[in-house]
Amino acid sequence: MPATGSSRSSSSKTEPRLSFSLSPHIDQVGVEERASRFTTRSIKKEAKQNGLRLVLNMIDLTTLEGKDSEGKVKQLCYKAMHPHDALPGLPTVAAVCVYPSLVRTARQALGNSGIKVASVATAFPSGQAPRDIKLRDTRYAVNEGADEIDMVISRGKFHAGEYNFVFDEIAAIKEACGEARLKVILETGELGTYDKVRRASDIAMHAGADFIKTSTGKIQPAATMPVTLVMLEAIRDYYFKTGRMVGMKPAGGISKSKLALHYLVMVKEVLGEAWLSNEWFRFGASSLANDVLMQLVKEQTGIYQSSNYFSVD
Amino acid sequence: MATSSKNITTAPSNGTGTTPARLEVLKTYKIYIGGQFPRTESGRYYIPVNAAGRQLANVCLSSRKDFREAVVAARAAFGGWSSRAAFNRGQILYRMAEMLEGRKTQFIEELLLQDSNRRAAEKEVNLAIDRLIYYAGWTDKYQQLFSAVNPVASSHFNFSAPEPMGVVAIIAPQDTSLLGLVSVMAPVIAGGNTCVLLGAEKKPLCAVTFAEVLNSSDLPGGVVNILTGQPDELAPWMADHMDVNAVIYCGQDTALQQLLRERSAGNLKRITIHDVTDWEENEGQSPYFIMDTQEIKTTWHPVENIAGAGGGY
Repeated sequence: MPATGSSRSSSSKTEPRLSFSLSPHIDQVGVEERASRFTTRSIKKEAKQNGLRLVLNMIDLTTLEGKDSEGKVKQLCYKAMHPHDALPGLPTVAAVCVYPSLVRTARQALGNSGIKVASVATAFPSGQAPRDIKLRDTRYAVNEGADEIDMVISRGKFHAGEYNFVFDEIAAIKEACGEARLKVILETGELGTYDKVRRASDIAMHAGADFIKTSTGKIQPAATMPVTLVMLEAIRDYYFKTGRMVGMKPAGGISKSKLALHYLVMVKEVLGEAWLSNEWFRFGASSLANDVLMQLVKEQTGIYQSSNYFSVD
Repeated sequence: MATSSKNITTAPSNGTGTTPARLEVLKTYKIYIGGQFPRTESGRYYIPVNAAGRQLANVCLSSRKDFREAVVAARAAFGGWSSRAAFNRGQILYRMAEMLEGRKTQFIEELLLQDSNRRAAEKEVNLAIDRLIYYAGWTDKYQQLFSAVNPVASSHFNFSAPEPMGVVAIIAPQDTSLLGLVSVMAPVIAGGNTCVLLGAEKKPLCAVTFAEVLNSSDLPGGVVNILTGQPDELAPWMADHMDVNAVIYCGQDTALQQLLRERSAGNLKRITIHDVTDWEENEGQSPYFIMDTQEIKTTWHPVENIAGAGGGY
């Protein structure tokens, strides 16, 4: 890691203390160049079909609208369990992601299908609420039956340099999660630079995140390949340092299967095969599922498909 | 491509004077998809030759993937185009005619290169302009002509009106470079459809230059997409594609006609065939050509029996 030598040696004398201002700086041009290389891999035929199935199995099928209703969530859960019944043998998606008030509905609808219920919490998407409200929000979602919690960090505090506040908050939410796995949303579109993305990733992982996630989907730009690459490299460095695996979830703006396959290539080449399952990698998406299904049907029939013949979600 | 366009020999350069003949800058003929001018993704090109044996240009040999991209662009443009006011569609068609008028000489030159003579070339360009004006006038009138209020036996207000079908794939007439293409395209977009158009294989120059006219005439990107290439190669993909609602084929190839009809049987696509239409005559324009790519939608609207309900107005 290209951390500055002098400050590094001073901290390594004592016990491994954390100073997040020491997160490595990111070479913007290099990262973007590297990320664009992943898009040139050619994936065809069987490899493509397997890749598409893997993508489908990694999707967190998401609905996070103010207008969400129980009916909408039930429909989404049905879609999660039966992506496209005309094509037998498809995997299900990984999880359904909803607001806390709809977790119970999703839990009941999914039954024992094995599909996880993920819930956003902590005053999603802004995160502008006092900590006790965020903790209650989290506990409520967990008590309703959420298997996974997607929290947002306090970006305002982060920009103000109050890294300890951000760290403590994540640690407190992690504790409130109990058995549930914690995904920490950095909202990279609001962080501004790759340096800050890297720093926020380091804070989240050290504070106990099980996953780090790019975006809420409410802010543009959402997930991009360079930003995801920065986070994947943070996960790699953290793994080498601590031996603990952390998952990655790009979310927002990934709606085409081809792009999703590029992401898988990136995961494989940065982190390796171990991360290529839905235990360690997820896509936060809603329209991606249908595009993957259309490509799978295209691969099987040889005929280009129309969205008119796939379920609305 | 720049390198192979050197193959196109031009004015004789040897011998006549002391000043060297100027090397002509030749235009690269690209395809037109979604308001952009990309090269074919396949990297394949062909060089059409005129009757005098002169190589006309280096032209894209479009692949099925170019067609697929064009359909995606056309589908994306359909909602906006079909919901525009009919009068506005007329204005835009009129604008296309204006722009074509302004570039008349260029089209005449290209037609001369493609085996026409000056009188015939001028007539063809003038007719193409007039044809655009003709359909510009029809955009807000054909609905009245072809809709109806239907007498029914129950207490319903019942009416039928034409609505655009969606995305239309067109194989333009192969014997003319400009007039045939304009004559087939204009009624399709006048009626609110979007289209993917395959220009004449042996005479492709005007198709690409016409795309430049479209691009500068307020027509939203994706409403008309123009490819160059072989009808035999692309026709099966047109007929199979689930997201194409109709195919118009202009030509006498009965095997191709049969192929289109057979392949479209499975996906209920409408096939229109022009095998004897003379585009230079009056039979080359008709409001019925607009109806070739319209669907008649009928609405049953219940009529309240006011007297029976005891209402007082």
